Order: sequence, then C-alpha cells, then structure tokens
Amino acid sequence: MARRNGLSIITIVAIGIGSALFVILGRFGSIPSGIPNTSIETTYALLALFSLLYGPVAGLLIGLIGHTLKDAFFYGSPWFSWVISSGLVGLIIGLAASRISIADGNFGRKEIITFNVAQVAANAIAWFAVAPVLDILIYAEPADKVFTQGLVAGAANMVTVGVIGTLLAAAFAKTRTKQGSLRKLN
Amino acid sequence: MSPNIIEFEHFSFTYRSQQEPTLRDITLSIAAGEKVLIAGPSGSGKSTLAHCLNGLIPFVHEGASDGRLTVKGRNPRELSIAAVSEMVGTVLQDPDGQFVGLTVGEDIAFGLENREVPLAEMNRRVTAAAAAVGIEELLGASPQELSGGQKQKTMLAGVLALNTDILLFDEPLASLDPASGAQVIEWIDRIAQETGKTVILVEHRLEEVLHRPVDRIIVMEDGRIVADFSPAQLLASEVLAGAGLREPLYLSALKYAGCTITEEMQPQHPDKLQLGEKQLTGLREWQASRAGSRSCPAYPPLLELQEITFGYGKEGPVLQQVSFTAGRGEMLCIAGRNGAGKSTLSRLICGLYKPDSGRILLNGRDIGRDSIRERAQHIGYVMQNPNHMLSKHLLHDEIALGLRLRGFGEEEIRERVRKTLQICGLLPFREWPVSALSYGQKKRVTIASILVLEPEILILDEPTAGQDYGSYHEMMEFLLELQQRRITVIIITHDMHLMLEYAQRTVVLSGGRKLADGRPEHVLADKQIADSANLRETSLYSLARRAGFTEPEEFVRRYIDDDRRRRP
Amino acid sequence: MRARMLTFTRQDSPVHRLNGAAKLIIFILWSVSAMITYDTRCLLAMLLLSLAAFRMSRVKFGDYAVVLYVILLFLVLNQMAIFVFSPLEGTRIYGTRHELVHLAGRYTVTAEQLFYQLNVALKYAVVIPLAILFLLTTDPGEFAASLNRIGVNYKIAYAVSLALRYIPDIQRDYEQISFSAQARGIDISRREKLPKRIKNMISILTPLILSSIERIERISAAMELRGFGTGRRRTWFRSKPFTFGDWVAVGSVCAIVAVSAVITFYDGSRFYSIF
Repeated sequence: MARRNGLSIITIVAIGIGSALFVILGRFGSIPSGIPNTSIETTYALLALFSLLYGPVAGLLIGLIGHTLKDAFFYGSPWFSWVISSGLVGLIIGLAASRISIADGNFGRKEIITFNVAQVAANAIAWFAVAPVLDILIYAEPADKVFTQGLVAGAANMVTVGVIGTLLAAAFAKTRTKQGSLRKLN
Repeated sequence: MSPNIIEFEHFSFTYRSQQEPTLRDITLSIAAGEKVLIAGPSGSGKSTLAHCLNGLIPFVHEGASDGRLTVKGRNPRELSIAAVSEMVGTVLQDPDGQFVGLTVGEDIAFGLENREVPLAEMNRRVTAAAAAVGIEELLGASPQELSGGQKQKTMLAGVLALNTDILLFDEPLASLDPASGAQVIEWIDRIAQETGKTVILVEHRLEEVLHRPVDRIIVMEDGRIVADFSPAQLLASEVLAGAGLREPLYLSALKYAGCTITEEMQPQHPDKLQLGEKQLTGLREWQASRAGSRSCPAYPPLLELQEITFGYGKEGPVLQQVSFTAGRGEMLCIAGRNGAGKSTLSRLICGLYKPDSGRILLNGRDIGRDSIRERAQHIGYVMQNPNHMLSKHLLHDEIALGLRLRGFGEEEIRERVRKTLQICGLLPFREWPVSALSYGQKKRVTIASILVLEPEILILDEPTAGQDYGSYHEMMEFLLELQQRRITVIIITHDMHLMLEYAQRTVVLSGGRKLADGRPEHVLADKQIADSANLRETSLYSLARRAGFTEPEEFVRRYIDDDRRRRP
Repeated sequence: MRARMLTFTRQDSPVHRLNGAAKLIIFILWSVSAMITYDTRCLLAMLLLSLAAFRMSRVKFGDYAVVLYVILLFLVLNQMAIFVFSPLEGTRIYGTRHELVHLAGRYTVTAEQLFYQLNVALKYAVVIPLAILFLLTTDPGEFAASLNRIGVNYKIAYAVSLALRYIPDIQRDYEQISFSAQARGIDISRREKLPKRIKNMISILTPLILSSIERIERISAAMELRGFGTGRRRTWFRSKPFTFGDWVAVGSVCAIVAVSAVITFYDGSRFYSIF
C-alpha cells in the first residue's frame, strides 16, 4: 500500500494511527486466557496486520512507538527489552510478507501460509530469543525466569496472530476484492 | 494571461479503477475573486471536480483525464501536489481526519511548519488567522474539547494562514449541525469579502450555503454541468427538482401556495425575498384552506424515564432529574447542544451505565436490574457511523449476527433475516458484500441488524447526518414505515426541519436538564429554546413572519401537511 | 479514565519549564545509566536525586496514584518471580553464599539474593520517578519537536505526534463500538468461554481496524494537501529555544551519569558487592 519507497505520507500516518491502536488494544483489548499470567494480546494481531499492509518500516515503528507509549502511559516506564522485541516482530513480518499484495484483495490459502510462517518466525525470534537475552543484558534478570516468560508470551502471540490476525487480514482483503458484476436480485 | 483563475475546457476524468468517466466534458471558468457554489447530489462528480483543483487528482487518486484544466494559468498535472497547494487551500468535510495537530494553534500552524516558516513569523500568522475566524481564545484547546463547527473554523484558519489565492471548501457542512453550519458560512463570507480571494464551495446543502450570497451556482449531475446560473436564476428555474437537490423550504412553501418564483422576486434569501400583494394573498389563502387541525394521536406509554440523575465520576451530574415518556409507536426527537447529555441518555436507556438515581420503566416494569443484553431484546441502538457497527463480509451474516448469538436455529434465522431485508428494502442486495453498498445503504443495514431482533424501541443517533437529500428522504420515510409498524422511534438530531417534518414530539435537553417537551412546531417556535439547543430555525418561520402571520407554527404545520400529501 | 493514565498537567514549576528536548535527553541518559549500573551506592544517590526532582515539580499525588499502584504491584510480582525461578541468582553473581533461612527444596534465602533483589528494585525505583515526571510535565505538543531536535527524522517525530493526537479518538471509537456490540449481544466478558470470547472480540476489532484504515487514507490525503513531507526539514510551532537552565540541567545529568559509570566499572564489574 505504500506507494513510494521509504517514508511516504501514508506510511507515516499508518505508523501514527497504528501506534494509537496498539496503545488502546494493548490496554483494553487483552483477553485473559485462563492460564495464569498469560493473556491473548489482540494488539499483536493488529501489529501483524499493519506490518502486512504498510510494510516493515511501519511494522518496526508501530511496535517501538506503540509499545513505548503503552508502557509509558499505563505503567509509568517503558520496558525496553520488550519494546524492542515488539518492533522486531513488526519488522520481520513486514519483510517476510512483502510479497503478499493484500491491497488487491489477494489473501488465499498460499498467502495465509506465507503470513503465518512469517508471524511464527517473527514471534519465535523476538520472544524466544531477543526479549530474554535483552532482559539479561539490560536488566540482569535471571535466565530461567526470562526464558520461561518469553516462551509463554511468544506461544500466546503466535496463537493470537495466527487466529485473530489471519481473520482480520482476510476480512480486510474481502473489502478490497473487485466486486465484479453485482446484480440486484428480485 | 486570462482573467480567469480557473479554466476547464472540455475536461473529462476517469478513475483508474473505473470504466466510466466520472467527469464528462466540463467547460467552466471562474474569475479571480468570484464566490462560486458547486452543487449536486452524491455521485454527481462535484467532489471529483474539487479534487482536480486541489491536486488530489492525479497525485493521490490516479486516473486519466482529457481536455484542458488550468489553475492560475498552469496545468496541475505538470506540478506537484505541494505546488498546487500553494495556489489552492482546501478545507475538507471530515474535521477529525484533517485536524492533525494536538491543539488548535498547532493545527493552524501545520501548513506553515511544512513550509519551514520561522517561529516568530509563524506565531504572528497563526494568531492573525485565528483572530480572523474568531477562535483566538481556543489556541490551546485540544480537538477533543471542540465542537464540529470550531474544528471547521480551525481548518479555515489553517488555510488562511497559508495565504493561498483560492479557497476550496469540499462539503464543509457535511458533518455540522445546521446552526454551526450557518456560522461557518458566515465566516467564509466575511473572509471572502475582506480578502477578495476566490472562494469555491462544493455542497449539496443549498439553502444553508445561500445563507450568505454567492455569485454563481454550478449544478452537476452524472458528471456533467447541467446549470451555471446566478442564484436567483437557478431558483426561478426547474433545475433543482431534476438534479436531486433540496429546494429552499420558503420557496417550496410559496410554490405550494400557488405562487410562481421569478428572478425579480430575489428568491436567493428569505430576508431579501420580494413579496408582492399577489404572493401574500396566495399564502394567506393557502394557510386558510387548511382542513381542520391535525389530530394528535395519544400513544400508550412504553418507555418511562423518572427523574434520572447521572454523572461520570466526580465531575458533577451530566443529567439532572430528567423525566419523559415515549409512547408505543411514537416518533420522538431528542435535541440539545453537544454535551447537553443526549448520548449519555441513550446509554442509560440501553443499560451501559446505571443512573445515580431515578427509574427507567419499560411497559411499566422497572428495568434497572436488566443487563445490556436483556434490554437489547426490547431496545435497539443504532450508532451514527455505520462503519462502526459492521463486522461481517456478507449482508446476510451481518444481519443474522444478533440472532446467531442468541442461539436461534438456522431455519428461523433465514426466515427472519429475509423478512427484515424485505422491510428495509435491502432484499435485492442480499447476496452483496457489505463493503459494496453506499453509505446510506450501510446505514440501513445497521438498522436491519437491530430490527431483526424485533425491538419495541429503536434509538438512532443522527440517522441522516452527512447524507444528501435523496438518501435523507429515503431514510426518514423508512423510519416512518417502522413507526407505522408500531415501533417507537427515538431520534437524536440537530435538524429542526427533520423534527418538524416527521416527529410527534421533541424533547430539548440543555445543561443536563429537560428544557422543553412537546409538539415540535410549538417547542421550536420559542426562539430561546431553539437557541439553547443550538437549533437553527427553518426559513419557514421567517417566511411566516414576513407574511405577517401571528402564529408561525400554524403555517409550518400547514406546510408539513401539504408537503406530505404531495409526496408519492 | 483520566487518573488511570499519565497525562500532561498544566502547572508551573522548574521541571515544567524545562525544555522538552532537555527533559527527553535527561530521561534517556538517566534510564540508560540506571540500566547499566548495579552499583548500590550510585543507585541510592540517583534515587535521592530523582526524588528531589519529583518534589521540585510539585505534581499532585492524584495525577499518578493509580499508575503508581500498578507499578508497585508489578514490582512485587517481578520480585517474587525472580525468587521463584532463580533463588540463588545472588550467589551466582556475587560468588559467596550466606544462608539465612532454608524454606524448602532448592529454596533458600541468602543474604546475596536479598542484596541482588534490592538492587533490582532500586534500578526501577531510580527510573520510575523520572519517567512519571517526564510524562506529567512535558506538553505532548512539544514532544514531537523535541524528538526532531535530538535527531529523530521529522516524519517519524510527526508519526509520534499523530499517535498522541488520535489515541483519545480511537479510545472513543473503541468504547462506542464495543457498546453497540454489547447491545447486539456480543459479550467479551468472562461469562463467555474463551473461543466464543475471541470470536466476539473479532466482531469488535474488525470495524475498529477497518474504519482506522479508512481514516489513515483520509488523514494522509489531508496532510498531502497541506504540504507535509515535501521539505527536507520542517519548523515546529511548539519548539522552544534552549535556555541557560536547560543547559545546566543537561550538563549536570551528563556529569552524574559519567561519575556513575566510572564508579560502576572502576573495579571491572557491573556489580558492587558488600560481601
């Protein structure tokens, strides 16, 4: 959807609105999963969709800005290791899914597989590896704790994006399909 | 160089995604300093024409054009959108989408910031522009604190600060209530006079734009120009009726009274209108010919609010001791300024909030303990923006959603959805995706999705906002049909004529209290009440006064009756 | 809602008067410094300084109380999690083992663990007052100008400003959409089972996100029309020049950070040990 490469105005606006949505869904859109300390964070489905629509730069910046603002407004201070990981998720999905032209309404079986491979890879890298390592490097937290937290969060996000993200992308694609010849029925 | 600042010559335009041209063979010239209204219903191509002037076409919306267009002697296609924006300043219809600053001051400055104007000069220009539209007190206010009219004035100040030669207003009234719209029109006029700039207004709300004079009106239909007249010429012609535009009410009244509208009568403004003895007699006879008074049916009470008081947190009550009754099968309007408590009231009725004190009765039963979902069986709520309610791809699924969630069987669901589609006139579209429907149709889908649950009461928030006369009329006739099916229709609106034309009763809220409750033509004849609800008096009242009627509400009722009878 | 999130308080104090860019630089330096050091002396000194700044700002308790409780709850949970997962982290770091109480299995309370966890707590305690202060005393309008001043691309700085601008609008949309959804019987509370709840959530997210995508198109058209993004630079209505006071504040913080780094790494380790 980004018409020019680099930072077109539509990408800038998508980053702004995407970050605002990230904040609101991060605060109000999480569903407790029933497993302690784990919730369905719908905001990552949004992040994945916007990365798919507006590309890797938008994904990276929505993750960074949205997560920083969410932490800052509601928890006082950003948790930088996870902020960076959110940005990474957006970046990787944006890069890996760049071949999907969803703006033209293409989101069939092949695209769904590509999108999900991308999101699983992105979440694995970000939450299983980068977030815990940064926790150790930045905050010197115990390895057992941060890897367990990363594992749980990563798995939850994969499921969230896999289900909600895919459905949202499909819903978006349907609004873009060529309507062809619609006839009024009697 | 030609004296014309804008020239179209046999100009056509086709959007890239479309087969048929949206603009066909447009030839039009506008002289510097002129004030021109471009009018036409939705889909007539008037917005496309505006986009050709400000550069959105071809730089944002791509497509092929044919013929010649020059703005200040240059072809916009050969420039950039930024270069075009140095010549044409645009105010769009959606104030929230174009208000990008965090405060009024920042938003006025936005264009100056982009042009790297130094801070000291920027401050000077922002202050001057704010003063020019009378919002200098609001420079520090955030968009969330502003009314729609104040936001549009901020936009106006923003283009003034850039000092472009041409000011283009693309449906500036679409999201404003009539009173704020009139104010914005007054400011636009003042600025046009003080600065001598070329002003182009694109609107379908003809009577409201003509609140202040324009030099010329261009009427568009199906991508073509069908009239290019002075206001007086146009109003004396038959063009409006054919073009799907609403004729000013005072002129319809004169026509109903058997008068012919001529250019010499100066029909462009109700205060300028020349009424000779012939017209006055016509009006008097018409008024007298009225057959008896319209009976006012009594409706059995259905929904009763008793002394409702409610406040959010510590900020003091939003509603105080509000009581009223809505009868079964009645159409009731709720009016009031922004912040008067209208939307809070509908949320209390639907059960999103619980009143601090007071009771809400439905069929005589206190529903205070019922959940939102339980109340939804009886009371449906339709939001202003249909896009906020639609979540399914296909029409059928969207309307079936509420039934599926309530666990009905597929067989029954299919039956009820079909019946609802039929009532709502959507049956021909039943296999269409929701996204292919027009705004007015989507609005109808949201009503259908509520109606399928068979509520006794339907609450609608501004059901006609942002729609042209054709879809306004369709929507209201549709609501009237629902009312005839004994559904109680409660409408939140700012449109005085809508109330006069359709409602049996109007409740006016002001500052969280009920100010008035009665037949619309009585309540609204009181200027003080109308002002306190930010309602703009319709021109029928001024015409009645001009004609010397002592009871203008009688005259208004006569008009509504006659108008109803003449409709198919 | 207001008290549940941190928003700018229009007040007058030395902290409110500081330039936004200066505050941003100070906050970043301070956070980085607190992240790096595990030196208890430095952390204590920095904590005192941030509390002093907090006092100077005269912000009202009510403006941040709820957020503070959330933070404290989070800190307590985090401390418990550290102990549950790694009861001997302190021993591993400091290399000694002074057992205080044996609880059960591998859970033994050691003096090293307590000291390590005290340091972890201090690290947060040092950053939080300044983070809260930054949010309460920086006018959001000045924030984008400040980001641009410290070297962030102006377009990205403006994206941040757009996010701040539209958060309240999107929150209102979210509330309205979920209200009308609830009225149709779409329930996202605990009363529904998880799969149903997710399905219902999608019914709310779809209109919210699809209408936001339309909104993006409208906003970017409006911004194009107003000449955004054509120049290599832009000026800012809300930028303020650096004053003497701003330089002094930034200079002092640089000095503190430098001193803290020297003390921390003087003996070659991030960790200061009392054992």
